[in-house]
Amino acid sequence: MSPRVVFPNKILPYLLLAPQLAITLVFFYWPASQALYQSVLREDAFGLKTTFVGLANFKKVLSQPSYIASVQTTVIFSVATAFIAIVLALLLAVMADKIIKGRGFYRTLMIWPYAVAPAIAGLLWLFMFNPTMGTFAYMLRAAGYPWDPLLNGPQAMSLVIAAAAWKQISYNFLFFVAGLQAIPKTLIEAAAIDGAGETKRFWTIIFPLLAPTTFFLLVINTTYAFFDTFGIIHAVTGGGPGKWTETLVYKVYNDGFVNLNFGDSAAQSVILMVIVIALTAFQFRYVEKKVHYG
Amino acid sequence: MATVDLKDVRKVYGGRVEAVKGVSISIPDGAMCVLVGPSGCGKSTLLRMIAGLEEITSGTVEIGGEVVNDRGPAERDIAMVFQNYALYPHMKVYDNMAYGLRNRGMAKDEIDKRVREAAATLGLADFLERRPRELSGGQRQRVAMGRAIVRSPKAFLFDEPLSNLDAKLRGQMRIEIKNLQKTLGVTSVYVTHDQVEAMTLADTLVVMNQGLAEQIDTPMAIYERPASVFVAGFIGSPAMNLLAAKSSQSGHILADGTEIAISGATLPDSGREVLLGIRPEHLTLIENGAAPDLQLKVTAVETLGADTLAHGHPANGESRSSELVARLPGSVRVRDGDLLPLSIDPSMVHIFDAASGRRI
Repeated sequence: MSPRVVFPNKILPYLLLAPQLAITLVFFYWPASQALYQSVLREDAFGLKTTFVGLANFKKVLSQPSYIASVQTTVIFSVATAFIAIVLALLLAVMADKIIKGRGFYRTLMIWPYAVAPAIAGLLWLFMFNPTMGTFAYMLRAAGYPWDPLLNGPQAMSLVIAAAAWKQISYNFLFFVAGLQAIPKTLIEAAAIDGAGETKRFWTIIFPLLAPTTFFLLVINTTYAFFDTFGIIHAVTGGGPGKWTETLVYKVYNDGFVNLNFGDSAAQSVILMVIVIALTAFQFRYVEKKVHYG
Repeated sequence: MATVDLKDVRKVYGGRVEAVKGVSISIPDGAMCVLVGPSGCGKSTLLRMIAGLEEITSGTVEIGGEVVNDRGPAERDIAMVFQNYALYPHMKVYDNMAYGLRNRGMAKDEIDKRVREAAATLGLADFLERRPRELSGGQRQRVAMGRAIVRSPKAFLFDEPLSNLDAKLRGQMRIEIKNLQKTLGVTSVYVTHDQVEAMTLADTLVVMNQGLAEQIDTPMAIYERPASVFVAGFIGSPAMNLLAAKSSQSGHILADGTEIAISGATLPDSGREVLLGIRPEHLTLIENGAAPDLQLKVTAVETLGADTLAHGHPANGESRSSELVARLPGSVRVRDGDLLPLSIDPSMVHIFDAASGRRI
């Protein structure tokens, strides 16, 4: 280990840390503590008085059938989004890895969608598949498929999953391309000499060696689907039709800012926070063990 | 087991860069052919063309008498040992060795028998359950060898297999590879830039330079009669002294005016520009006071223990173009500034044409 550098100034380090600390305080610790505080309070309908109710909000939220339904929606949505985003990104990365001419050009094209804001991504898909004016909706109906995501729950769900996965593919693609580049070419050549065809090489050599990347992306994508897809859902379906696409994050927003039930909403966001922490802890414990190969 | 024949093999990249410019080599069954040369000389490209990892632009590669140009690496029945070993990091040693056999649909107990046999031969029996990262460099190298020998292929291809090992282990593995190759009697092509490996391992040595085979012969024949200045400078350590000179009636006159009298050797036409090649070990110190062929003014000394290398230039010249190295016995004490009387064995002097670089 290199020797520690000692600075004589006692205040300067804190001053340098201050901006970052201030931002974290204002935008994370303060709202988080507010949510914690609100989650144990109940407000009357006119907002005139609040009472301390302990864990009653949590009890209420966890016993609501609509909350359990939202948990199910979230799990379906997250698993499908993560799965589709990872599988398609892997497929594209493997394809892009084979291109020799214009490699950089293709890669840049693949990475672009990541720069699109979630709400814009949602709108793009909404326009394409809007039952009244969407090009693809028109084509689907012309092919005899009764396409109407505004009324049909599963169709609405597929649409938000498609939009959410599409947006995440770029990110995954980037990691898979890097992962593929990290596999020594001689390994693939050795496998070829060992008589493994292309498919066999993929499943016995490339895929196992990409496992750390895939696992990392699985956790990241699940977290993404859980929390960062609010904009897409808000733009495409608004949680509907009915409650079909109301994920946990969307329900926090709906109950709190639309229905103004702050106690319930705060309790939900605390539960969500626990889920984030659990997911992150799981990731750190597990990824760090798996990452060191070869 | 099989012969390997290359006929006028060429490799052109992108229609412009010629990596291999027509090489023909015929390797008899069971022989070890070593391709040696500086980096970028095309030796690895040539090996990869034999393996089927690189397309052959023109010419033919025959393994066992059959042209294999259009066959994939798996169908050529060869095994390759890579410089970085290319072991599958997620598989145990056992599975690394069994992988090629499983892909070929061999029966389980036959695979087991072969892997255990190879592991016993290579001293890997205790490591079969380990993963490559838990092995030392030498052990990894053995696994790579094991993966090649379990298949009993027609030919082994080695791509600088020892360059990732430290000096001591390299010497040890060199002997192991040689013994293994002789025991198994499998035709082998071995690529290296290390001339010690090249000299010790080869039955047939191919010295390559700029995409061409400069000389193909046994190692000793190449050492004794290098066909060109390039081969002369590449094979042998320290490298052969090459001195620019002009032929005269009585011998050769170096650029700095020193005359080297070489009696007995066939002399080229008078006045011809030549390069004189004299190996450091063929410059001997005169200790009985006889007339020297050359006086060496010592400018640097390297004492290696068994040998002492005296660097310097002819006594009456200062020209840097005629720097020389003499390899003297380790018992000789030499210091900077000494004047050494040296004799040259005329039968050990190589004369090359200065313009073409070819042997005269």
